[in-house]
Amino acid sequence: MCDTCGCNLTPGNQHLAFKPVAKGATAVSVLKGLLAKNDDQAAHNREHFDRRAILAINLMSSPGSGKTALLEATLTALKDEFTCAVIEGDLETENDAERIRAKGVQAHQIVTGTACHLDAHLVHDALHHMTLDGIDLLFIENVGNLVCPASFDLGQHLNVTLLSVTEGDDKPAKYPVMFRAADAMLLTKTDLLAVLDDFDPDKAEAHLRNLANPAPVMRLSARKGMGMDAWLAWLREQLAAQRARVAKGQSRRPAIQADGMKYHKATA
Amino acid sequence: MHELAVAQALVEQVDAVIDQHQASRATLIRVRIGPLAGVVPDLLATAFPLAAAGRRMEHADLEFTHAPIRVHCQTCGAETEAPMNRLLCGACGDWHTRIQSGDELLLESVELETAPALPLET
Ligand SMILES: Nc1nc2c(ncn2[C@@H]2O[C@H](COP(=O)(O)OP(=O)(O)O)[C@@H](O)[C@H]2O)c(=O)[nH]1
Ligand SMILES: [Mg+2]
Ligand SMILES: [Zn+2]
Ligand SMILES: [Zn+2]
Ligand SMILES: [Zn+2]
Ligand SMILES: [Zn+2]
Repeated sequence: MCDTCGCNLTPGNQHLAFKPVAKGATAVSVLKGLLAKNDDQAAHNREHFDRRAILAINLMSSPGSGKTALLEATLTALKDEFTCAVIEGDLETENDAERIRAKGVQAHQIVTGTACHLDAHLVHDALHHMTLDGIDLLFIENVGNLVCPASFDLGQHLNVTLLSVTEGDDKPAKYPVMFRAADAMLLTKTDLLAVLDDFDPDKAEAHLRNLANPAPVMRLSARKGMGMDAWLAWLREQLAAQRARVAKGQSRRPAIQADGMKYHKATA
Repeated sequence: MHELAVAQALVEQVDAVIDQHQASRATLIRVRIGPLAGVVPDLLATAFPLAAAGRRMEHADLEFTHAPIRVHCQTCGAETEAPMNRLLCGACGDWHTRIQSGDELLLESVELETAPALPLET
């Protein structure tokens, strides 16, 4: 898209663009995001969602932080209000998708095999197995992993990162790439806070702010139904915002902008 | 582990550059990675030969340009360097900052060996 327009050149990298080289050889300046192909596919996925005014949310966390349990509780709470659908990317078994279908909600299981993250192509393939018409909210449960899922745009509008209180409250400091990408951070399994003495929710929030991330932090227990109202209210608000954007022909990317976008801005 | 996926994307992009310039092969590939890109240069360097095997860049040197993290403070306007898990303003300590550099994952440049001119068809 931008191979030739030079829009990736900024004052900071201009000196890299044109360099003399030995005879018989050519040096070519490229300055293109390495994941450009994934990003193009993600943009295409986002068009699928925006055309139908669907809000797409990517759920990320360590394995076992409670993504599927949160989805079960959320789908139950919203069943008379919105039509939801789920793409299950957490490998292991068909278990997670079956847990969702048990709620009467459309779910497609991506079988990632040995993959440790979802990418935009896997999500697009999944979309072909689903009926998107009439869907309000699409949740994508990513592979349980705090490292690589953060690097791959799937076409979602929002990233939600879960941190269960049985993990350390310093996880955001240990996995800054993941937590910097969060549009909301959920502290899950708060029913267990009473029996744990080493997880301080305020500290977890402070670690998130240290990443310059203003995302809301919500504390909840999906199993005990604590703190769910704030999360559900946030979802309603975000869906309304998505519909308002679509009405204006706009879209939204998750908190982190890809390099290409940034360079466009820098030269605009 | 996703470094293999990144290496495969890199190979595809270099391949396209080789085609575009009708070159025979790539001899040097320069990649710019910031600490906040979520890609570890050493792991990418390990994955690259696997992804490049049998391709026109399999013997190319892979060089990394390190991109330090710099943040711009929205409160006091200072631009300072920051460690990856404390993206605070180095001048006033505020957390309302924006990343200026350090999250790049770019194919910066490629050095190509140009193909010998094809004999004219008669
Ligand atoms: N005590 C408690 N356990 C929970 C809660 N949410 C999930 N769990 C448990 O944590 C484990 C992993 O949950 P799951 O939703 O499968 O996590 P996922 O791998 O992130 O999808 C299961 O044994 C759940 O029952 C919660 O709010 N409170
Ligand atoms: Mg799960
Ligand atoms: Zn452009
Ligand atoms: Zn499509
Ligand atoms: Zn991965
Ligand atoms: Zn400042």
